[in-house]
Amino acid sequence: MASYLIRRLLIAIPSLLGISLILFTVLALAPGDPFEELATNPNVPPEVRMALRAKFGIDDPVMVRYVRWLTAMVQGDWGFSFASRINVDDLILQRVPTTLFVVGSSQLLALAIALPVGIYAATRPYSVFDQIANTLAFVGFSLPTFFTGLLFILLFSIKLDWLPFVYRSDIAATGWRWYWEMMRQALMPILVLGLFQAASYTRYVRSAVLDVVRLDYVTTARAKGLSETKVTIRHVARNALIPVVTLVALQMPAVFGGAIVTEQIFRVPGIGSLLITAILANDTPVVMAVTFVFACLVVFFNLIADLLYGWLDPRISFR
Amino acid sequence: MNEHDLRGLIADVKEGGQSRRSFVQKMVALGLSAPIATQMLAWNGVAMAQPVDDYKPTKAGGGGPLKILLWQAPTLLNPHFASGTKDQEASRVFYEPLAGWDAEGNLIPCLAAEVPSKENGGLSADGKSVTWKLKQGVKWHDGKPFTADDVVFNWEYAADPATAAYTTGSYKDIKVEKVDDHSVKVIFAEATPFWADAFVGVAGMIIPKHHFGEFKGAKSREAPANLKPVGTGPYKFVDFKPGDIVTGERNPDYHVKNQPHFDTIEVKGGGDAVSAARAVLQTGEFDYAWNMLVEDEILKRMETGGRGRVLAVPSGNIEFIILNTTDPWTEVDGERSSVKTKHPTLSDPAVRQAINLLIDRDSIQKFIYGRGGTATASFVNEPKMFKSKKLKYEFSVEKANKILDDAGWKKGADGIREKDGKKLKYVFQTSINAPRQKTQAIIKQACQRAGIDLELKSVTASVFFSSDVANPDTYTKLYCDMEMYTTTQPQPDPERFLNQFTSWEIANKENKWLGRNVSRYASKEADDAYKAAQKELDPAKRAALLIKVDEAFCEANVILPLLSRTRVAAAANNLVPKYSGWDSDVWRLASWYRS
Repeated sequence: MASYLIRRLLIAIPSLLGISLILFTVLALAPGDPFEELATNPNVPPEVRMALRAKFGIDDPVMVRYVRWLTAMVQGDWGFSFASRINVDDLILQRVPTTLFVVGSSQLLALAIALPVGIYAATRPYSVFDQIANTLAFVGFSLPTFFTGLLFILLFSIKLDWLPFVYRSDIAATGWRWYWEMMRQALMPILVLGLFQAASYTRYVRSAVLDVVRLDYVTTARAKGLSETKVTIRHVARNALIPVVTLVALQMPAVFGGAIVTEQIFRVPGIGSLLITAILANDTPVVMAVTFVFACLVVFFNLIADLLYGWLDPRISFR
Repeated sequence: MNEHDLRGLIADVKEGGQSRRSFVQKMVALGLSAPIATQMLAWNGVAMAQPVDDYKPTKAGGGGPLKILLWQAPTLLNPHFASGTKDQEASRVFYEPLAGWDAEGNLIPCLAAEVPSKENGGLSADGKSVTWKLKQGVKWHDGKPFTADDVVFNWEYAADPATAAYTTGSYKDIKVEKVDDHSVKVIFAEATPFWADAFVGVAGMIIPKHHFGEFKGAKSREAPANLKPVGTGPYKFVDFKPGDIVTGERNPDYHVKNQPHFDTIEVKGGGDAVSAARAVLQTGEFDYAWNMLVEDEILKRMETGGRGRVLAVPSGNIEFIILNTTDPWTEVDGERSSVKTKHPTLSDPAVRQAINLLIDRDSIQKFIYGRGGTATASFVNEPKMFKSKKLKYEFSVEKANKILDDAGWKKGADGIREKDGKKLKYVFQTSINAPRQKTQAIIKQACQRAGIDLELKSVTASVFFSSDVANPDTYTKLYCDMEMYTTTQPQPDPERFLNQFTSWEIANKENKWLGRNVSRYASKEADDAYKAAQKELDPAKRAALLIKVDEAFCEANVILPLLSRTRVAAAANNLVPKYSGWDSDVWRLASWYRS
């Protein structure tokens, strides 16, 4: 186990280096200039732009910039944003709570829907409930979030006027009122993300349970005279959920990474919207840091998922 | 009206035979418009009017929260590094300049006690210096007094090349001296007719010396106040999350009595223009949203909701087309579109004239831009004094056909005109933006009817407007026959704006395509008029010279202006914002109120 862990961690280092190199090169080759707004402004002399480019080291060759970035990164210096000139780690840390709250709650919501629906549908395959659940699941993951997001805004904000569609991180209220306001503004983004995720989870849970429900030990459990509820929960669900746990673990990086489109629609100040504005502004240090952190999380949670898998299912051994 | 008549009128005002107001009205009737009419009076020793603020509230505070939505989020709050309007707007909540521009182009004092004029001794007779008297009793948000030292410091800060301030253009060529604690003298190297640049408007916001003093030059990035502003403005800083939200609270010690009206302010960013319009016009979640780059039809539909309204004011932005007179398809010394080459067909003035006749500006305005623009044939449109009276536009396919026939361009078998084997086939490039693509299509259709074939090309805005030297698709490279975009005239005075029509600004490989003259066209007439205008202190003569620069390019049909753009904003019905096309949207935030 320990040697497996060490080996996996050692393998992670070259893969992360490779990822960072590719990311950096792609960003360096991509067109655009962080100071392009200055170019069209007649009040800003071109020398200012050239001075800034030189100061921020944009004119150096890609490899020089990469090595500089890497050595700084290893020492914990993530660089600073060209646009706001503050350290990238501060910028990211500011966004993490909102992203964790919105995307995390949507994942919880997705599981809260997908688990009961998926299990129930699988224990009664091709029943009316299963058919309806299936249809809704297909509809759910066929509709992209930008579409459902706009649909929700149209319905709940414009037609019914119930919910605000601009998410504000500074709510000027305290106590219960704060929670109420927070819930109102977070409801739509969480629903949009949660329902989309729930749709695919439901399909996954259903097929995982279907695989298990036909196995001999389930028949044995029934033959022992256990109640159907007990069979489903203790014998079927426990084993069926092992792959689902892995799936959820693999989804965790996305929880930190935010949801780019949904965050943009509802103006949720999360990591996703930070990334998209940074890309649009050609703010390379921010783009680099966010994507790299994301890559690290993917590698890390892959490892977690593998470890979790072995822990839940003792038949799997680490070698 | 000629120069002589004008002088008579000005003298009349001076002697009191005529009121300021009636003079300005007369000028407006003549198409000259207030901004420069007032500047004319200022230069001739008639003091600027103190415009009446129709501010109703009788006490400060009590207005509740004011919520402003910018669909591009502010990223930093140091006005000297405010690259886009988003940062300028957010900085202006906390910082103020000595004076700002109102919608008519009048200079309105803010941290200055009065606008300098010849009469109050502010403007020197030789045009080489301006003395600003500062308002007394103004305090920074931390209680320290605002003095001339702060103003002088701002000049030192912005003029230092190591600071690399975005505002440096306004400060690097001047000298600023402290006269006493509450007056400063701005000294120009040469007679400068347009003196209201440094310390005025968006580039003029004053930052406190006691917070930025140690962070001048190379250390500018490290100043904590870059993110926690301490200004003189109507609202005090509370919180800032870069790329998301700025919040502030009422400044109880604000230097204008009974202002501001609102208790708190919130400037939220992010999202897109359409949904920002929706949040103001349809759901009323926000009170004000800026820069509504939304098709007018959509805005009209949203306005029927009855919660908000759309405001449009004239600005200096101009949407225009460049016809390339150099050859974009031949490389000379490592660059295409070099001034050493000549375009095989567009160098023929007849062809350019024909293309100008094939642009249906009225339809473009009516069906695409709506309230967002006014069709025009002049490059400079605002203030009206600088708009050429001579330039007219026309849409006529017949005339274009006739001109081309007369010039010997005959239609070939494919319906495309040609002469000596050279066909009238062009690549027409612009940035990706729905109204621009529609405009391209309208022009292409008309050109087809005259035997000119246009190949439409659109480039992502982030590439098109970048200064990436390696990229062939940037707008300054002009590697195409025709190109369309909008350019901004930042101040009511178009002198600096018109430097894009001078020969020494031509963009080329040598200056890494940073030169402002993208068209590459040069005219001795324009060069001479521009140089003369830079020194001319007489506003009437100066305007005439600058108009000549404009006309030289438009009459050569190298620059084909399409629309003079307006600045469009959305505001809640009960909000009374003071709005200007020549300054930030929030340039007079202190006097905004809710009725």
